[in-house]
Amino acid sequence: MIPQTLIREFEARLGKEAVLAAEADRLTYAYDAAPLEPVLPGLVVRPTSGEALAAAVRLCGENGIPLTVRGAGTNLSGGTVPLPGGVVIVTNGLNRILELHEEDLYAVVEPGVVTARFAAAVQARGLFYPPDPGSQAVSTLGGNVAENAGGLRGLKYGVTRDYVMGLEFFDARGETIKTGSRTVKCATGYNLAGLLVGSEGTLGVFHRITLKLIPLPAAQQAMMAVFDRPEGASETVAAIIAARIVPATLEFMDNFTIRAIEDYSHAGLPVEAAAMLLIEVDGHPAQVAEDAARVEELCRRHGAKSLRVARDATERTKVWEARRSALSALAKLKPTLVLEDATVPRSRIPDMVRAIGEIAREYRLSIGTFGHAGDGNLHPTILTDKRDREEWGRVEQAIAAIFDRALDLGGTLSGEHGTGIAKACFLDRETTAATILYSQRIKKALDPGNILNPGKIIPAPA
Amino acid sequence: MADLAALRNLLRRLEEELVVCMRCGMCQAVCPVFARTGREADVARGKLALLDGLLQAMIADPEGVRDRLERCLLCGSCAANCPSGVNVLGIFLKARAILAGYLGLPPAKKAIFRRLLAHPRLLDRALEFASVFQKLLARPVNEIVGTSCSRIQAPLLAGRHFRPLAAVPFHRRCPSRETPPRGAGPRVAFFTGCLIDKIFPSVAEAALRVLDHHGAGIFLPAGQGCCGIPALSGGDLESFHRLVDLNLALFDPARFDALVTCCATCTSTLKKLWPALSGEKHLPRARALAEKTMDISQFLVRHLGVASGAGVGGRVVTVHDPCHLRKSLGVFLEPRELIAAAGGWTLREMEAPDDCCGMGGSFNLAHYDLSKAIGRLKRERIAATGCEVVATGCPACMLQISDMLSQAGDAIAVRHPVELYAASLPEEAGPPGSGRLLR
Repeated sequence: MIPQTLIREFEARLGKEAVLAAEADRLTYAYDAAPLEPVLPGLVVRPTSGEALAAAVRLCGENGIPLTVRGAGTNLSGGTVPLPGGVVIVTNGLNRILELHEEDLYAVVEPGVVTARFAAAVQARGLFYPPDPGSQAVSTLGGNVAENAGGLRGLKYGVTRDYVMGLEFFDARGETIKTGSRTVKCATGYNLAGLLVGSEGTLGVFHRITLKLIPLPAAQQAMMAVFDRPEGASETVAAIIAARIVPATLEFMDNFTIRAIEDYSHAGLPVEAAAMLLIEVDGHPAQVAEDAARVEELCRRHGAKSLRVARDATERTKVWEARRSALSALAKLKPTLVLEDATVPRSRIPDMVRAIGEIAREYRLSIGTFGHAGDGNLHPTILTDKRDREEWGRVEQAIAAIFDRALDLGGTLSGEHGTGIAKACFLDRETTAATILYSQRIKKALDPGNILNPGKIIPAPA
Repeated sequence: MADLAALRNLLRRLEEELVVCMRCGMCQAVCPVFARTGREADVARGKLALLDGLLQAMIADPEGVRDRLERCLLCGSCAANCPSGVNVLGIFLKARAILAGYLGLPPAKKAIFRRLLAHPRLLDRALEFASVFQKLLARPVNEIVGTSCSRIQAPLLAGRHFRPLAAVPFHRRCPSRETPPRGAGPRVAFFTGCLIDKIFPSVAEAALRVLDHHGAGIFLPAGQGCCGIPALSGGDLESFHRLVDLNLALFDPARFDALVTCCATCTSTLKKLWPALSGEKHLPRARALAEKTMDISQFLVRHLGVASGAGVGGRVVTVHDPCHLRKSLGVFLEPRELIAAAGGWTLREMEAPDDCCGMGGSFNLAHYDLSKAIGRLKRERIAATGCEVVATGCPACMLQISDMLSQAGDAIAVRHPVELYAASLPEEAGPPGSGRLLR
């Protein structure tokens, strides 16, 4: 319980409107998008200025109360599930785009700016901010940086990390820390931004973020290739990369996902297809034409039985609508959806697709697989009902098996959803005991009171 | 007050629908209330979590949950955008009823729903009485919008610019009608709806004129009641059922080919909520009626063959899509086609014409500041088109938009699409209600 006197103190420093103490309000910040048990926080604050944000962090620090920063709460690994009785700091009241420089190709934003709104503002100036996580319509840039969010364009354009030029954040005492700059090059001081990106709120609280922008590509070409063997699709992915072509997006969908989408949207997808690839190349028109022709050739050589090339913007939209509805279509089949993101080196995609099929059979589960095959980041999606205890047990075993297979193939536990609490206990399978100890020491040095989102990423020291 | 375990038992009926929400949070992108407040309790995911929390005994504050459930426009934007297809409105309406049953209705609401709304004649008389006094208490403020404001300090009106009660409501102008179709024309039942009857009778007159013009037979029974949505959203299932029963008795689906209304909210209530929430006894009739129910624009364009071709003109109109037409029923092309059929208009679309206007029925009464903030954005987008008229197929939206335009001092008229179309017809028909057959 947070004492009344302290609640008054928060109200005095942040304003009454910014403090939510009622149980019913607190309950609505007990969860995120990961299928985990909700945890009731002790207080929720929603600062609307940098000073108020710093004051909130400072009050938590002075009183030794754990705090969890929350943007839109779309986290898929439980990173924004609070500590019991802890404080949730909601950042969506800090939502200004502070600078947008066309000449210098950067922008400075507050953490609560919604990703899609930012991308649209950037595009209106003929520029491009490529990271496009699936939740971009609601997710915040602060959350994207804290999770090192990815998206459909990771293959060619990288992920959020590749666009963070600088950060201004508060440490556990509420002091301002600055790292990076507005310049293309910066070799000043430690690269703290590198440490903070993907730190899931465990090392600092973002106040301002400087993001890199790039020119908008002049042309795109989208296409859809249908295969009657899943290996045909996954081998094509490996072949495209091996041919030194880097498409902007290279997405995979298995038969289960194709059928789910078709049942749901009647988009005219081939339900008998074993797998599909959705591919888009972009860049200079001449380059796009050449790449598209070569990709087409490679698809056919690896057994694509049909290939549809989008002739105009409407057809292009249709291709991506099919991909975007994948999650919705799967979500409608069962109450609980476990969206995993174990990632492998892209040449191992055929092995991973096969492994997921074996795991689905072994644990008798429905798993739809789709995702960013081009960067090795598949989304095996387990459909279940959390209330079915027996099946949930098998789901947990299957998740562990997926992790093990991905690691065996030289991959990683998480491509873009983060470690959070869902994957913290698997960290030792990928790294070493010393790595965890090293991380714990960093955490302890920078946050001695252990108030910054404790328990996320690294297991608490013994 | 019964114990919380009993409440949990009642809420358990919602469990199968509640588990469908996977907490993805995509509803945050479209909720008009959340866009203003940024508070999770204001968006569907938060409200569903609250119901779940009450059900799972994570919290023990039914009043707190009820209060937060009521901060909702019931616009359905979240449901239309939900990846998992959560039946958000159905859950919210049932939960409001369960909570009202458990906590009791507030006395004022109870008196209004049970003593007035559920008794159409009493309601009619009370409002006719009120319309006499409104001249003393209100003065016109905007001639083009047609609004008034209070002459005296009236806390309940909170500075609203309201469309006054009609001096003569529609049910006085045309108490009932039963006229056969011309030739093979369809037989059409007309459900008036409270706001059309008492504030916008000219819309009903326009609709009948158009139906007459196109040779439709008309079935308009006397003694119609409210569609029940105010009671239902207030959690008063008893009054809702009473009104559904009363109306079902008047409208025998065997007597007509289609039932039309000029109110998006009535249409959506008749079509979706009557069959979903009416008692066992009346279910077959409610279903049969729902099958035949449609919006007036939809009926005219899709079934009566009203077609464009009259040519565009210089007068600029913009269209606001009511949530209960576009999001609930998928109707948005037809009102535009009807205006095109009227001729003389250039349609200039506003930004996001299907964003909610912020009215939400009782939401506007309980949370006027929020409602106004949402409505102002709508007004800005309307004004930005440079239009002379904004057309919308819902009298509740017409009220809200009139208030917002009038407070901003805009010279933009608010019309129902059927009014624009009726105005384009030659003066051939007699006054509605005359019962004169067109031959």
